[in-house]
Amino acid sequence: MKIAVCIKRVPDTETRIRIAGAGIDETGVKFILNPYDEFAVEEALQRKEKAGAGEVVVICLGGEVAQETMRTALAMGVDRGVLLKADAIPADGLAVAKALAVELKDGGYDLVLFGKMAVDDYNHQTGVMVGELLGLPVISAIVKLEIEGGKVVAEREIEGGVEVVECALPAVLTCEKGLNSPRYPALKGIMAAKKKPIEIKPAQLGAVALTVKTLTSPPERKEGRIVGEGAGAVAELVRLLQQEAKVL
Amino acid sequence: MANVLAVCEQRGGALRKVSREAALAARLLADGLGGSVDAIVVGVPGVDAAGAKLGEVGADRVLVATHEGFAAYAPDGYAATIAAVAKGGGYAAVVVAATATGKDLAPRLAAQLDAPLAMDVTALAVEDGKVVATRPIYAGKAIQHVVLEAGTVVVAIRPNTFTAGTGAQAHGGTVLAAQAVAAAARVVVREVKASEKGALDVAEAAVVVSGGRGMKGPEHFALIEGLAEAFGNAAVGASRAVVDAGWRPHSEQVGQTGKTVSPQLYIAVGISGAIQHLAGMRTAKVIVAINKDKDAPIFKVADYGIVGDAFEIVPKLTEEVRKIRAG
Repeated sequence: MKIAVCIKRVPDTETRIRIAGAGIDETGVKFILNPYDEFAVEEALQRKEKAGAGEVVVICLGGEVAQETMRTALAMGVDRGVLLKADAIPADGLAVAKALAVELKDGGYDLVLFGKMAVDDYNHQTGVMVGELLGLPVISAIVKLEIEGGKVVAEREIEGGVEVVECALPAVLTCEKGLNSPRYPALKGIMAAKKKPIEIKPAQLGAVALTVKTLTSPPERKEGRIVGEGAGAVAELVRLLQQEAKVL
Repeated sequence: MANVLAVCEQRGGALRKVSREAALAARLLADGLGGSVDAIVVGVPGVDAAGAKLGEVGADRVLVATHEGFAAYAPDGYAATIAAVAKGGGYAAVVVAATATGKDLAPRLAAQLDAPLAMDVTALAVEDGKVVATRPIYAGKAIQHVVLEAGTVVVAIRPNTFTAGTGAQAHGGTVLAAQAVAAAARVVVREVKASEKGALDVAEAAVVVSGGRGMKGPEHFALIEGLAEAFGNAAVGASRAVVDAGWRPHSEQVGQTGKTVSPQLYIAVGISGAIQHLAGMRTAKVIVAINKDKDAPIFKVADYGIVGDAFEIVPKLTEEVRKIRAG
């Protein structure tokens, strides 16, 4: 089974965001493999292990520096990487999806995995778009996956329930938290990753029709107050919620 | 033409609350672009009953596309149907609600229409004839304002944010049939399993009661559930710590690797307020924090805080809320 996993380098979720122009000041910011992409990498590795044969390839669109993130995936056990080099990642998800689709189109992949979204831009669209562009079945935000004889059965959470969704391979799937527990790279894996190949080629981005005008800080919440201590303060809280906040 | 198409969501023939919100957001854009609002409902034959109510929420026309295969969400069929209507009608914008279904549907539409997509939008404007969308990124730690420039653009609005608006009275809402496209169903929703409580989703609820590590164990979440039940319209949320510990399902997680919520009222119980949790709930209208540590960061964003033992405070609060709701 040949599996592609599309990954992204993003700021650590614990990091503070300092705005600089229409982007962020990256000074001192720690970058990580997008947490949802970890589920995709883990799933790919488990599928390959189960099949007993195959290849897992990570594809990443970004700058040269993204190779560091790709090495994390290689250390987890991925076989090789393809960096689609771009000086900047467009805010337009479709432009990115087109570049990934160009790379994936003739790759002969049985399965293409994504994280359901990246925790930096929250675009939440690239994986599904890639599937549509390739004319492949797409199931998004899966929390459970079974593949048997070329048939995919996945579960995705909806409001108040779970959808059981089926399609045939080859397919594009995007992964939600809960699908699996990503492994930590072992020392042996980290050493091996250094020797694994990363091919670098220019990203063939699509036309950009969505651009960032400004990036601003979220409005500060006005200073709140401590109503009181213990159960005795509940009456006052309820009064405030009714009369001042008018939400009760 | 600068008309706007609002995609309405229905389940079992009943329109979901977000459908009205999509229509209100579409009205905002249509007013700015100088066009009218069409709403589209996709479902099985007989779903028209739901469509008729749409005129009341600000749509000028309601298009109903029905097909026997559309009982559950049919990703390929829904996308093909709506994309065909959007193309045929020359709409300047398509508005979808960023629900579980909408987040799957909107990128399909955007790809099929070769249109840019702004996801999880909390405000919309039209500037110089162009759609400008405001969307929290980095889980709300920054707010991005994006300009969409194309013949057709797609915006997916965050539930609970486009709730105010007019146009309800002025627009009659003619109901028309639209052509359903039964695209080859590459993806089939075989079954929809309702969750045990048929619970309200944390991303859509008007009131969210969340519990954290301060609840000390999964068994004590009955207190959180009890308070949520007392409100009637509340969903249960959880911090990452308790989801990672397996106390609660991921579908309830609020924060950067969970859901971002904007309820009218958010009650955080036993949640210290890690930066990644705050990012997921800071756009709530009113925040209440209950925590025994008076220095917990959650109190910095809370409008109202009570310092003390959740096991004493929550039952009391539940009782008071019940009394009020009982009138």
